[in-house]
Amino acid sequence: MRNVYVLGTGMIKFGRYPTKSVPELGAEAALEAIKDAGVSIQDVELFASGNLFMANAMIGQKILQQIGQTGIPVVNVSNACATGSTAFREAFMAVASGMYDVTMAVGVEQMGKQGLLGGGGGGSDPAYSTEGRLGSGLMPAVFGQAGLEHMRKYGTTLEHFGKISVKSHKHATRNPYSQYRNEVTLEDVLNARMVAFPNTLYMCCPTGDGAAAAILVSEDKLKQFAAGRKRARVAASILTSDPYTDRDLTLPDVSTLTRRAAKKAYETAGIGPQDVSLTELHDCFATAELVHYENLGLCGDGEAGKFIDEGGGMHPDLGGKAPVNVSGGLLSKGHPLGATGVANICEVVWHLTQDDRAKQRLVPNAKVGMAHVIGLGSACTIHLLTV
Amino acid sequence: MPDKSKEQTNEQPGPRPILPIFELQPTPHLVGSKCPSCGAVYLDLKRLACSKCGGTGPFLQIPLSTKGNVWVFSVIHQSFPGIKTPYITAIVDLPEGVSVKSTLVDVDPEELQKNPKMAFGMAVELVANVVAKDRQGNDVVAFQFRPSA
Repeated sequence: MRNVYVLGTGMIKFGRYPTKSVPELGAEAALEAIKDAGVSIQDVELFASGNLFMANAMIGQKILQQIGQTGIPVVNVSNACATGSTAFREAFMAVASGMYDVTMAVGVEQMGKQGLLGGGGGGSDPAYSTEGRLGSGLMPAVFGQAGLEHMRKYGTTLEHFGKISVKSHKHATRNPYSQYRNEVTLEDVLNARMVAFPNTLYMCCPTGDGAAAAILVSEDKLKQFAAGRKRARVAASILTSDPYTDRDLTLPDVSTLTRRAAKKAYETAGIGPQDVSLTELHDCFATAELVHYENLGLCGDGEAGKFIDEGGGMHPDLGGKAPVNVSGGLLSKGHPLGATGVANICEVVWHLTQDDRAKQRLVPNAKVGMAHVIGLGSACTIHLLTV
Repeated sequence: MPDKSKEQTNEQPGPRPILPIFELQPTPHLVGSKCPSCGAVYLDLKRLACSKCGGTGPFLQIPLSTKGNVWVFSVIHQSFPGIKTPYITAIVDLPEGVSVKSTLVDVDPEELQKNPKMAFGMAVELVANVVAKDRQGNDVVAFQFRPSA
């Protein structure tokens, strides 16, 4: 395995772009990454495209049809919410293996105002659909239950979940790439419309559009192109699927595969959670963020509530420690599914390299960053990046 | 293993279970398939192999208990158009070692939100409820759970 570096990154502000196409959104992020890297499309030897809702539409090729058809291998990836990060991992492996020296990953999604995800069943006759009749398969229900599991085991309170949303919104006010940039109080969060107990509206991520891109290179190409600029190394790129656990087929277990990925990531990078300067984790719901504090080892089992009460996860500028989702996370920055996994790697890279795109929120002296994504069904990626 | 899965287009008119794992006779109950190697139980009558141990069976079809305990729940306030809210979704652990997801009825959702602990471990029993009529005019029957006496 060779060392792999992130030479350039690009991202568009998450939001809604009804007049643009998916390839156009992807191309915008790709062009920014190319510019940031200081390369041209002719230098890119492999292209990995992550998109979920148009997985049959050859989005990767369509992006190249906008920015340069050089005839390179293109792989189109879909892996639920871990789509973008899995595409990044494909680009990483291509360089790490020694087969390629310069690769690009783009994650892109256009969801518009699409509402709830999940649920369904029943085939051709809606009389046999199961949603609301055999409980719920909706995403807010799945993650509501994950939060209640924590409440059942450890006495976690609604206020703990609510504080995560308050933190996310506060962080997002300093991120111009964020879909939402409004601050909310704990009272606002707890009194907001209930979506699926215990997650209120502000504890659920929005749907939207977005794109993010990264260019990965070998050490030789880093020397050629980086010209002394500080660049982050990919210290671990881990992908897991859900192992058999007792209730996984009924209530998706988002914890076990995250724990396995985290253990492997720390071992691969030769570091521990105490070494992580900042984490971007998969806060599709406030309840998810809380359980992942423990899954990623940011605090001990059963200590997530205490961690939150003591400022855990909050930006150090705002009096916190072990910062999590200083971008605003999925809850505020947004969650255009295919884009998410690449975007959170961009965020981590920007802090490690003191990039101007994160200048309003830089975590001081950041040396190690973690990017975590869960795709329900399930897939988990963890990337550790270092400078 | 005999395939007991029901076709929704059965010739005989009458009530239909919402899923093949739900049998209405002699009294409403769920059926599962059990791995003969490791004992894992699945709510799936057509398994080719066991996802716990990799064993390829043949799987044993077993009736499941109509009584269990709630593991966790959520109260759904926003759903697809046409679905009445709020409703309670619950994960129910059955004594055979498998858990099942369904709607919890005869419990006030608002009360449950005020006191979520009342559901943790709650003893519940299966109840068969007609939830729709299919295109042939047959009643569609769902398995749901209610607090047991």
